[in-house]
Amino acid sequence: MLSLIRTIWNVFLHSFHRRVTIQYPDEKPYLTPRTRGRIILSRDPDGGERCVACHLCSAVCPVDCIALQATEDESGRRYPEFFRINFSRCIFCGLCEDACPTYAIQLTPDFEMSEYNRQNLVYEKEDLLISGPGKYPGYNFWRVSGVQIGGKDKGEAENEAPPTDVYRLTP
Amino acid sequence: MTTPHPIASIVGVLIVALSLSAFLIWVERRLLALWQDRYGPNRVGPFGLLQVLADMIKIFTKEDWIPPFADKPAFVIAPAIIMVTVLMSFAVLPIAPGIMVSDLNIGLLFFLGMSSLGVYSIVLAGWASGNKYSLLGGLRAAAQMISYEVFMGLSLMGVVLLAGTFNLTSIVEAQRGLWYVIPQFLGFVLFLIAGVAEARRLPFDLPEAEAELVAGFHSEYSGMKFGMFFVGEYLGITLISSMIAVLFLGGWTGPWLPPIVWFLIKVFAFLCLFILLRASLPRLRFDQLMSLGWKVMFPLALANLLVTGAIVLAKK
Repeated sequence: MLSLIRTIWNVFLHSFHRRVTIQYPDEKPYLTPRTRGRIILSRDPDGGERCVACHLCSAVCPVDCIALQATEDESGRRYPEFFRINFSRCIFCGLCEDACPTYAIQLTPDFEMSEYNRQNLVYEKEDLLISGPGKYPGYNFWRVSGVQIGGKDKGEAENEAPPTDVYRLTP
Repeated sequence: MTTPHPIASIVGVLIVALSLSAFLIWVERRLLALWQDRYGPNRVGPFGLLQVLADMIKIFTKEDWIPPFADKPAFVIAPAIIMVTVLMSFAVLPIAPGIMVSDLNIGLLFFLGMSSLGVYSIVLAGWASGNKYSLLGGLRAAAQMISYEVFMGLSLMGVVLLAGTFNLTSIVEAQRGLWYVIPQFLGFVLFLIAGVAEARRLPFDLPEAEAELVAGFHSEYSGMKFGMFFVGEYLGITLISSMIAVLFLGGWTGPWLPPIVWFLIKVFAFLCLFILLRASLPRLRFDQLMSLGWKVMFPLALANLLVTGAIVLAKK
């Protein structure tokens, strides 16, 4: 009997507690930077596309919502000819971000992507590309990789030693 | 003091009782939300007040479906009975001096009789639905009503002994000096508990226990018939709160404020208590309900009656 009255009293005390509801459209909840929302393609600090069109993201995507076509520019850099994400299929699992070797594809805290027309949820490369480096400032894949491209020979990347000449005996 | 025309009081009481019970739906949702640290309906209109209106429009435009396996006449008449019986009880309710429909000299008995008749609605609804869960709900309601009706009446007899009348207005007048909640505290607690059971509210909402019986007696009801059960339930709460105010808290009496305001304040306090009980207490098991009624409440009510009677006799 006493415990019942105590229960009633404790529930009554909740009149003076703060309400936990966040009234969403009026006040936005804080979303952490790692929230898995709308997918973007980032650029490196020099302004070039980070994506090297390796197809890892589209291979790992469990719902097959990423489609892209690889091509190469005159300096030998690989880049996607088109890059298409169908957000009506995307489940925002973040596996593409995990798979990406160049930090190009990233998930952002934006989730407000409602559309009346399903077709509008298919994002092309122009819609996906942002102007900045996203969550990884300062990283430039082409400058740290050993791949040879126009304007950068083998051994000229950051933290890279010149290649060994296999035809010489001296160390 | 001029008394309003009977028709005017009838219409007034009807409008106030019905709109109050509709408004209660909003109050209950907001208060439950407050005690669960939420907001509740706050989108439609100021503070979500128009939510009731939106719900009414919805419920009126819903399909009014009668299942083919139901007993049609009983199915249709059941929701009307609960509305009629509860509204009839409002007839004898003294709201303020002069504001009442009928100053019956057996008003208290009339109230008890009408609230007992209300159970027919539940039993008929449960039986006519042709659904085993509804039937179980109806059976539970019948058992619960019979058990709780007994000590509900007995717990009020202390008040009747002290006031020496069944007339509700005279009972209110007899409380000028001291509210009966003090000399009749046990009777007050017993009546409160019986009232919760009578209104079929948590923790005594066994007839509709949604965890076990889908929705109990009103599982098969839709549209306005369901709405009538719903409004009937809220009318029942309003009625029980008003009776508590009249019988134990001196009805309209109180300093400074006009009588009707005092009456409404007291009624509203008990309405909030009803909602608080719902927010805090879990539902009883059916055998617990029965043993609580017959083994605890009934002997206590008898003892209360016995002691009160002895004191009244000794004072003579």
